[in-house]
Amino acid sequence: MSTIDGGATLGETRSSAVVGVEEPKRPPRSRRRMREIGLAYLLLLPSLVIFGVFIFYPFLRNFYLGFYRTPPFPGLPMRYVGFDQYRDVLTSTDFLDSVKTTVLFMIMTVPAGIALGLGLAVLAHQRLKGIGVYRTIFSSTVATSVAVASVIFGTLFNPVVGLLPWLGVNPRPPILDNPQWALPAVALVTIWQTLGLTFILMSSGLQAIPDEIHEAARVDGAGAGTRFWKITIPLLSPTIFFAVVIGGIFAFQTFGQIDLLTQGGPLKKTNVLTYFVYRTLRTENNDGKAAVLAVALFTITMTLTLVQMRFLERRVHYGR
Amino acid sequence: MGRVVLDHVTKKFDEVVAVDDLSLEIEDREFLVLLGPSGCGKSTALRVIAGLEDPTSGTVTIGDRVVNDVEPKDRDIAMVFQSYALYPHMSVRKNIEFPLRTRHVEPADRQIAVNEAAVALGLVGLLNRKPAQLSGGQRQRVALARAIVRRPAVFLMDEPLSNLDAQLRIQTRAELIELQRNLQTTVVYVTHDQVEAMTMGHRIAIMNDGVLQQVGPPQSVYERPANLFVARFIGNPPMNTMEGRVVDREGVRAVEFEGGCLPLDPAHAAAAEASGAKSLVVGVRPEHLAFSDDGALHAVITVVESLGHERHLICRLTDGQMIIVRQGSDVPRPAEGTAVRLAADPMHLHVFDAVTERRIDPR
Repeated sequence: MSTIDGGATLGETRSSAVVGVEEPKRPPRSRRRMREIGLAYLLLLPSLVIFGVFIFYPFLRNFYLGFYRTPPFPGLPMRYVGFDQYRDVLTSTDFLDSVKTTVLFMIMTVPAGIALGLGLAVLAHQRLKGIGVYRTIFSSTVATSVAVASVIFGTLFNPVVGLLPWLGVNPRPPILDNPQWALPAVALVTIWQTLGLTFILMSSGLQAIPDEIHEAARVDGAGAGTRFWKITIPLLSPTIFFAVVIGGIFAFQTFGQIDLLTQGGPLKKTNVLTYFVYRTLRTENNDGKAAVLAVALFTITMTLTLVQMRFLERRVHYGR
Repeated sequence: MGRVVLDHVTKKFDEVVAVDDLSLEIEDREFLVLLGPSGCGKSTALRVIAGLEDPTSGTVTIGDRVVNDVEPKDRDIAMVFQSYALYPHMSVRKNIEFPLRTRHVEPADRQIAVNEAAVALGLVGLLNRKPAQLSGGQRQRVALARAIVRRPAVFLMDEPLSNLDAQLRIQTRAELIELQRNLQTTVVYVTHDQVEAMTMGHRIAIMNDGVLQQVGPPQSVYERPANLFVARFIGNPPMNTMEGRVVDREGVRAVEFEGGCLPLDPAHAAAAEASGAKSLVVGVRPEHLAFSDDGALHAVITVVESLGHERHLICRLTDGQMIIVRQGSDVPRPAEGTAVRLAADPMHLHVFDAVTERRIDPR
């Protein structure tokens, strides 16, 4: 007897045994389970359709688009080149420089932004009269859009009407046209603009630490510095971890401030990946290359998230 | 050493007076319990001793120095919090070690001290666990170990047993008493639980509305409450209190109230009259009431509560006022609805001025 036959026999025996004992009032467990699974998929279907149409299909389609080289003149047919275009684009100096720029931008914005947000949150965590005013001020940039922030700083950096010339500082070339200073300047705008969110995140994290733990540490002999480094920071690590993850992802999605302030220049020194994708698509009209860049951007962001989660999670203390 | 003196300490939060002119001397190696209902200022008083709150006025002395301007860490105290306040990201070992680390004790000495504390509190097998992996009772022990590891002059404990279940609380209560005896350290212990206060304290300090009501050994506070608040707060079931006037009943001085009358001891009656109090409150503890054929109080038993080792008879006087009688379980259980006469031993009556609420002692 083959195993398949054996299995069938077993199955039959079991079902007949059930029937033999008593009339089953409900369908057997496996059938009920199947039915529940079916229902689950049915209920998931609407969102699956929406995801499929707006996310999965465009994503796959974009990946596929990367196999076609866009012709140099419009009107000519696209040419299938397989992975050649992926290889060419991903090894190009432009791409590697852009990745370098984006990573540099992330390094400039994330740690400094978190440190500042945390610093302000610690200051505003005091039980003082009128501290609410400061909390409002510190969190106000949440209500400011990237465009507004860019315009404000664009004006401040302006070599003619800006704040710096008014203060008597007038670097040549102007900051936003200076290959050395353009990226830090855009990073500064970004830090300022995200400061409200970081502040709110850090404040809520601080408020979640019970006062008694700080008091216990005070009685146990810890000064302000020890309490900050040995108690506050470890207990805040879930919040900091979260801020690092979203900060990193934000950095790789930066577009508005680059477009409004530097357009990727000078000398492509602020040509971050998202802006590079945009330029390739809109200025160069190179759909195929843009598709490859978009896939690269996705892969980097995804990897970043996974790596951050894997590495940071171990050092993160979660609750009690 | 571990002597703590509070001298006219007042603590206000804006307009709210949490502690009102508190003067209290806690002797070296004494176990003093600060007892009172929630919001009475006992925790604030403890936090003032710890240095976590600054007194609005008055001085705090620990040992032989005034510590008003001394940081908590320099007061030679340790504190156990109601929530235990363990450091959740540190192992049990690190938690216990923390007060030593902050004081830069040598690693080898730290190791010895932590091990001693762990042995004393039965935590040896748990040193590498995190607080989240411990039961409530174990966390409480870690909090205690962290307090004793540095051998401070004074322990401050803020309701340390209130998060434990009933059985564990009784066990830990006894262990705390032993611990204090072994360590020979001053303990200031805050609780709202009178059983803890009665069983643990060398002396009890009872507070209400920020004001110290009475300080004394548990038994003397129970037997001679200084005022009506203490009389009603200490004792379970609480003392029966009736408000009335002194009258002459067939040549015997008695306190007459709406539901009946209780004869007074002559010395007590004289003191009550001499005090000039217009109205009196007479108090009698449930165990000092007994059935008697010629008892002066007429009552009806409405509810019989059996606790196993004793009974509480909830009775109503003729005016409907409730009066509780404590009875051993070795006598037959009376039926509910029975009409009874109750007598009180005049030697165990407590008399208070109804206006000042102060105790009036027999002359």
